[in-house]
Amino acid sequence: MSAIIENPPVEGRERDVEEVETVTIRFAGDSGDGMQLTGTQFTNTSAIVGNDISTLPDFPAEIRAPAGSLPGVSGFQLNFSSRDIRTPGDQPNVLVAMNPAALKVNLPDLEDGGTLLVNTDEFNKENLKKANYASNPLEDDTLKGYRVHRLPISTVNIRALQEAGVKLSRKEMDRCKNFFALGILYWLYDRPMEPTLEWIRSKFKKNEEVMRANEVALKTGYNFADTTEVFTTHYKVKKAATAPGKYRKITGNEATAIGFITAAELAGRPLFYGSYPITPASDILHELARHKNFGVKTFQAEDEIAAVCAAIGASFTGHVGLTGTSGPGVALKQEAIGLAVMTELPLVIVNVQRGGPSTGLPTKTEQADLFQAVWGRNGECPAIVIAPATPAECFSMAIEAVRLAYRYMTPVFYLSDGYLANGAEPWLVPEIEDLPKIDVRFADDPANFMPYARDEETLARPYALPGTPGLEHRIGGIEKQHLTGNVNYDPENHHFMVLMRQAKVDRAAQDIPAVEVYGDPTGKVLVLGWGSTYGSITSAVEKLRAEGKSVSSAHLRHLNPFPSNLGDVLRSFERVIVPEMNLGQLCTMIRAKYLVDAVPFSKVKGRPFQIREIAKKVEEYL
Amino acid sequence: MSTNGNGSNGKEVVQKGADETSVEGIGGNVSGAGPSPESEPGSVTAGKAAPPPGKLTKADFSSDQEVRWCPGCGDYAILNSVQKVMPDLGIPREKIVFVSGIGCSSRFPYYMNTYGFHTIHGRAPALATGIKASNPELSVWVVTGDGDGLSIGGNHFMHAIRRNLDLNIILFNNRIYGLTKGQYSPTSEFGKKTKSTPMGVIDYPVTPLSLAIASEATFVARAIDIDVKHLSSIVESAAKHKGVSFVEVYQNCNIFNDGAFEHFTERTVRPERVLYLEHGKPMVFGKNRDRGIRMNGTRPEVIQLGGETGLNESDCLVHDMHIEDPSVAFMLARMEQPEFPQPVGIFRDVRRETYEDLLAHQIEESIARTGRGQLHKLIHSGDMWVVE
Repeated sequence: MSAIIENPPVEGRERDVEEVETVTIRFAGDSGDGMQLTGTQFTNTSAIVGNDISTLPDFPAEIRAPAGSLPGVSGFQLNFSSRDIRTPGDQPNVLVAMNPAALKVNLPDLEDGGTLLVNTDEFNKENLKKANYASNPLEDDTLKGYRVHRLPISTVNIRALQEAGVKLSRKEMDRCKNFFALGILYWLYDRPMEPTLEWIRSKFKKNEEVMRANEVALKTGYNFADTTEVFTTHYKVKKAATAPGKYRKITGNEATAIGFITAAELAGRPLFYGSYPITPASDILHELARHKNFGVKTFQAEDEIAAVCAAIGASFTGHVGLTGTSGPGVALKQEAIGLAVMTELPLVIVNVQRGGPSTGLPTKTEQADLFQAVWGRNGECPAIVIAPATPAECFSMAIEAVRLAYRYMTPVFYLSDGYLANGAEPWLVPEIEDLPKIDVRFADDPANFMPYARDEETLARPYALPGTPGLEHRIGGIEKQHLTGNVNYDPENHHFMVLMRQAKVDRAAQDIPAVEVYGDPTGKVLVLGWGSTYGSITSAVEKLRAEGKSVSSAHLRHLNPFPSNLGDVLRSFERVIVPEMNLGQLCTMIRAKYLVDAVPFSKVKGRPFQIREIAKKVEEYL
Repeated sequence: MSTNGNGSNGKEVVQKGADETSVEGIGGNVSGAGPSPESEPGSVTAGKAAPPPGKLTKADFSSDQEVRWCPGCGDYAILNSVQKVMPDLGIPREKIVFVSGIGCSSRFPYYMNTYGFHTIHGRAPALATGIKASNPELSVWVVTGDGDGLSIGGNHFMHAIRRNLDLNIILFNNRIYGLTKGQYSPTSEFGKKTKSTPMGVIDYPVTPLSLAIASEATFVARAIDIDVKHLSSIVESAAKHKGVSFVEVYQNCNIFNDGAFEHFTERTVRPERVLYLEHGKPMVFGKNRDRGIRMNGTRPEVIQLGGETGLNESDCLVHDMHIEDPSVAFMLARMEQPEFPQPVGIFRDVRRETYEDLLAHQIEESIARTGRGQLHKLIHSGDMWVVE
């Protein structure tokens, strides 16, 4: 085994246990290598042992690009810590590269002096060529400056399985190598194997041989790391000092799905989800389809337009009308959303944003659909726009979306993104009784019923469901006469109704919380964000403040209308910097509305901001 | 049910009239910018006294909106038929919803004193799908045209039909775009000169019934606007069919495509040129019932009956609208003037479980299997741990 040991330990020396605060690991391999699964298992185990966690899966749009090719590389980054963390980490400290392509794609991200675990078995001529390596990086200077562990993972794994008498084909046995790698990492970071063993037993209960193979692979990997003295040190990451309570590891898409089920229950109305499969939103459809026992109706439509139209139809009958998609789908739905604006029906549109324009980067994250949500329809067509800031917050913001849709009888956009959707973090699970009920009122009195009369406080029109005797009325996309709702082409009425619809959405500002400032309420720089940039922004500001810098941050969950105090907050700072994964959309909006000299900080690479990128940018203004 | 017990109480509604309503917002105060009250005839049914108990009449289904189709339009006859049939269905007014897209025909819901939704171009079947799937108790009608239903809405047409929701879809086919003033439609004849095709149409038309049958429709029928009695009976049968009902109505647009169907619908030639399909009856037509349809190999043919031919009704194809196999219905849908009489009536009427019932069953089954969903259980599951 000595051949694979980069730095042979001194004979007889006990291996050290070193305590570290935060570790960022990236698992990278071919899309068929099971890296997402490996990363997820490590995440779950880390959460269970009490670390704070944050993850970033990064996978190709192709289901199986050619094996060993650069486009086929799939990655999963995990940050785990004994303190409070908000991002999946700027740079991996540890990179697990299962083949040359994975090394090629991910090595530039590994920190200087970082730890590299390489599956040497895959570094053959053919794979090196597929990864565009002219010479073998294990043999030249490519890996200089890293702590490299060269491990023949494939061969050791297969040998172990053969010795254990596993009766599977060589190919099948090879598929277990991700668990072998996971075993190594479990030893290296002192994690228990039991949660993953349990998972294997339940997952493969119908195929005992596969179950046993994966168990053996995991344990062998662990023992291999323990006994072969490949590693001189292993590491401990203590429990994080998090608030007491029950936690659940949750991704944004999971939180979105159960958030809407919860919202529907809180409203006492059944949920109807109309959707057409699209990355990265499809998991919401999958999750909701599993919960029919809540009366949830999921409708996989023939296209995006039918999906939103069916949701509007369901909303017309009193269901919680919900449609979910990504940016290209919203582009198709916009005319129908305009219909919901005109007919003043509650509707929630989930946009799990991805790289655009057009098909763009289906599996990568971006925030470039804000303008689309706020201004993307024909005519003066206002809708409420909100955005969760973290994966766990996707839950509470789903409830917020439904609450606002009903209260103001209006479509509400819910802007998630690929990073929130697939990223995971611990969620302090709420108690049901602490969640606010959603008040839904239906008209039932034929006396003086007017379909376009207005609630004095919210300007919402009455919600009259088909089936209610005496309230028969017609709605539609043609301009409505004030009060009666009749078709009306009168110029004064149109002007009035345009203002009325806008005023109604503006009124929602009275019902949304003030934006909070993290740090001092006044100072040199305010970093303003929305959506998934929350973690990086807040951590960057935390770091700069610890260095005594005059910087604060604020994060918007409500983007149309803005919180009432936003103007005051912006004007309390000398400069406002707005980091966004677009070319400055929120920045443009606040400049237009508040006449503040805000500056955009754009990054449109399909990847979230790093903490240090934001810190560096802010320092330019300090 | 339709109410949650809170009713509409609680908040006072603003009913002062626009000029008294202050709208604060981006435009500031819009006082004085209110709509002129006489811009349209007033109109919400709601607020009217409820109809007296007992059977409703045709008048109960007419809204007070001024009907605005061109004088002489075939749409009037269809509206009239539908309003006439409604009381016989025994469905309370409040449980009926008319849904439409865009086009002349799509103004239909405004004239029905029921719930109505005038949606966007081509999307009525999709809206109706959401309505019916979420509230199966409603009687849902889709009114569309050859442009709305087959062109811009072609995709929804096919999918709404194949799902077999219990919808009644009436397609007004006038073989032209009327509301946009005279462009050709997917059913316009090849070579037809229209505003957008001054040298003639060069795309081949579709037959709506063929599309419906190919989309697995469980009820397919055709009627003629001016044959009110027959049209009414078809509408009634469509309403009573559980599952999707598709009815094509030949409708004359007297402004942009006058007389499109006159060569067989005109009263004097109709008996010779129209075949009225009747279940269980031989396919016979002609004023003297002296011609019929029979199969010749794999093709239908017109035969002369009686006299020296030695052929009689028993030689004719007998119409069976309940055959599961759609081949004969499809064949009938392809029969056209002048080679054949133009068939009208019910081409196909078969039973298949509806989408909304299957959806409801899945929900019931899911509840039976795991119990009614509990929020606490939903939230407190997955990968969990406790921090003391």
